[in-house]
Amino acid sequence: MPPKGRIVVNELFCKGCELCVDACPQDVIGLAADRLNAKGYHPAEMIEAGCTGCGICTIVCPEAAITVFREVTQSQAEGKA
Amino acid sequence: MTITAPELEKTIYTRPESLTSVQTHYCPGCTHGVAHRLVAEVLDEMGLREKTVGVASVGCSVFAYNYFEVDFVQAPHGRAPAMATGVKRVLPDRTVFTYQGDGDMASIGMGEIVAAAARGENITVIFINNANYGMTGGQMAPTTLPGQKTTSSPNGRDVETQGYPVRAAELLATLEGTSYSVRRSLHDPKGIRNAKRAIRTAFEVQQRGLGFSMVELLSICPTNWGMSAINAMHWIEEKMIPFYPLGDYKVHPMLAEVKI
Repeated sequence: MPPKGRIVVNELFCKGCELCVDACPQDVIGLAADRLNAKGYHPAEMIEAGCTGCGICTIVCPEAAITVFREVTQSQAEGKA
Repeated sequence: MTITAPELEKTIYTRPESLTSVQTHYCPGCTHGVAHRLVAEVLDEMGLREKTVGVASVGCSVFAYNYFEVDFVQAPHGRAPAMATGVKRVLPDRTVFTYQGDGDMASIGMGEIVAAAARGENITVIFINNANYGMTGGQMAPTTLPGQKTTSSPNGRDVETQGYPVRAAELLATLEGTSYSVRRSLHDPKGIRNAKRAIRTAFEVQQRGLGFSMVELLSICPTNWGMSAINAMHWIEEKMIPFYPLGDYKVHPMLAEVKI
């Protein structure tokens, strides 16, 4: 089973350039069509489940706006895995 | 879509501490942001944030001092290597880097950069090559490709009258004082990873006192090239990389033992 992850986009920084949308290997990132940020861009967001927490979106993000988390099991969290 | 945080998770990536929490003025998709982030990540990894002095240039990167959480000075146009020389000589324990675009480094500042490299100044230069003058509206730069249309070469760069582009990484590699001169590209995740490794190596060169180090980064300018950020990335791959081959043009032999 692939690992589960999630991303959080800081909408203050995001400029909707879509580089993360293009780069995401799971195709789970899209632009939020329903809202604009303070600069007037549609910010990126996770549009469906399936993120593996690979972090490729953060590599291409020019604004360092993305934080990536990956789910871990209890034993991994305690450092046993 | 709302995503709830699971009970247990680890952070894979977060914004580097060496970047300030402000919005940048760069156009959407501009790889100046990627280059800033890579430098900040390297400074974080090496623990140099409190001991670094950056030198900002003139061009789109003129406000770099607002975006890095390190000490910064602003140099006159093209004179960043000269200013970095002074800073480094007065404060030899600091890490000194310049951040320059092609208008600044390859055009007006060509004299300064060549002289600084020839002297083997122990500084690091991050050189952004986006094949035009971004800030002033996309005019032809020394790095503009033959046949490339810009606002000042509307019929494409004619090499008969306007000359050939300058390959900075190869040029500086011919000088004795240069210890590290490489070209990398920011057009895909693999290229960006390689670019980060090169920036790290360049700072390692400076930490070891080996002399002048320069990393040339092929970068996009979606606004002035008149295309989307994603198409601009393809344009680098199709047009720029054949003319500006990626690679290591000079690597000091002592760097063989540096493992990154």
